[in-house]
Amino acid sequence: MKTLLVAEYRDGKLLNSSYELVAFAQQLDAESAMFLVGAQSTLPAYNGTLYLADAGKYGEYNPAVHKQLLLDVIAKEQPDMVVFSHSSYGWDLAPRIALALNAAQISEVVDIVDGIPVAPACNSKLRRDVKAKTSQIILTLQGGAFGLEGAPSGTPTVVPIDTGAAAQVEFCGYEEAEAGGVDLSRAEVIVSAGRGIGKPENLAIIEALAKALKGEYGASRPVVDSEWADHSRQVGTTGQTVSPKLYIACGISGAIQHLAGMKKSEFVVAINTDKDAPIGEVADVLIVADLKEFVPALTAKIQAL
Amino acid sequence: MKILVCIKQVPDMESKFKLNSEGNWYDNSDLAWRMNEYDEYAVEQAVQLKTQVDEADLTVLSIGPDRVKEMMKKALAMGCDRGVHISDDDSFKKDPYEIASIIAAFAKGKEFDLIFTGMQSQDRGSGQVGVLVAEMLGIPSITTIVDFAFDAGQITAKRELEGGIKALIKTTAPALLTCQLGLNTPRYPTLPNIMKAKKKELLSIPVAELHKVESKQETARMYFPEKRGGGLVLEGAVGDLADQLIKILKDKTAVLA
Repeated sequence: MKTLLVAEYRDGKLLNSSYELVAFAQQLDAESAMFLVGAQSTLPAYNGTLYLADAGKYGEYNPAVHKQLLLDVIAKEQPDMVVFSHSSYGWDLAPRIALALNAAQISEVVDIVDGIPVAPACNSKLRRDVKAKTSQIILTLQGGAFGLEGAPSGTPTVVPIDTGAAAQVEFCGYEEAEAGGVDLSRAEVIVSAGRGIGKPENLAIIEALAKALKGEYGASRPVVDSEWADHSRQVGTTGQTVSPKLYIACGISGAIQHLAGMKKSEFVVAINTDKDAPIGEVADVLIVADLKEFVPALTAKIQAL
Repeated sequence: MKILVCIKQVPDMESKFKLNSEGNWYDNSDLAWRMNEYDEYAVEQAVQLKTQVDEADLTVLSIGPDRVKEMMKKALAMGCDRGVHISDDDSFKKDPYEIASIIAAFAKGKEFDLIFTGMQSQDRGSGQVGVLVAEMLGIPSITTIVDFAFDAGQITAKRELEGGIKALIKTTAPALLTCQLGLNTPRYPTLPNIMKAKKKELLSIPVAELHKVESKQETARMYFPEKRGGGLVLEGAVGDLADQLIKILKDKTAVLA
């Protein structure tokens, strides 16, 4: 088994998710090589061949050009598997590679059982075993599913790569998240509101519980997208990653993107009317109740302590 | 200007899912169906663009059994001009490559200036179909957009990246865009528009006319994830639950100590 790992570089830095790909290859006991559009000054700690294209020349995001760079390496390496992170970079580039190679792509892989990739379905309520019918396969891996044990080490053997491929889109730079707002990464207690709060007025009961527990309130994506809460309150892949002592998820079903942002919490309480909600998978305590009744009752009792 | 928006019907994710008799997909009966959430943003963006430019023609496309036509009527009521229903009772068995091939076969030669799709479906969640359609048609695509502007053939979009960062991307039409939540605020169809939508064209094409490829993957087995052991599930009266939780928080965390 031979894998080609597609590492990521953004805003001048190598992304840590690149090391999850290494962990994945190790878990499969597979031979690996790495591909990166990055810079000589920020090489990954890696024992193997690194095919390196210059991000200064080819851009950090440039799908048609990165595709050609990668296809050239694939032609040389002939990997059985090309492995990406299931990230904004990976899910954008992987289908382009899959089509060019006439290969199956299996997205958001969370596990490999008896050689068969496992992917979530229906907001993680279900799992599916996905069998590729092609000999070469393309995978994108869910963040955190294949964590690296121990610090990465090694010095790669760098093979510079180039292409003459033309760009189809123009990358004009990054826009950072707005400054200000609340830094949830430092909060010891976070009470988060999900879609289950129903209407914006109900955010007040979440805030009240957070205050009673001397913590901050957070929110899941739908609550932020509805503009019921500020983006700086969003917990999840595209919001903040948090690790409080106590995380109380109110009316949050537990989409993977949310779980990825809060699973490092020390103790997790979920309040949900649905006993089977995926949040139950990470919760230490699941309270099956209507949050609109339960949260005010809990707040009142905590205030009376 | 010709615009295409591709949408999918999915079960309400709050549903109690059951497995089908083959054990390779969820059971399609007894589910409440709705428009894939990401696709609502795609429809809204397409409608907004049609309003912005003069003389646009907006086609909405969906693949699936007859029931998907109900959802397509919502898209028509939101402002799409015509619907193309690719009739397929077995669409759930098709992989992203097959679905994209069907859409590309329909779109080929029709010279759509812009194609909008959701970034992924809520059920299968592969996130591949939009990009594959664009690659098959040989046009640029930008995925996961949270902001979109169009001016004289120039597209400016923002892609959402991890950690709240966005990337500013430009390209020219024809192009395909996959839409992320928060891109806009999808409108609710008004009653007059719902009435008008009933008169709009909704053409059905048998899938066999467009489906010419074989799948590259299959769902061998679908199942419920194993419950993680150790998590406590509490049910009962609200006041009792609050007392129980306070006791647990005192015992297990330093928060109420």
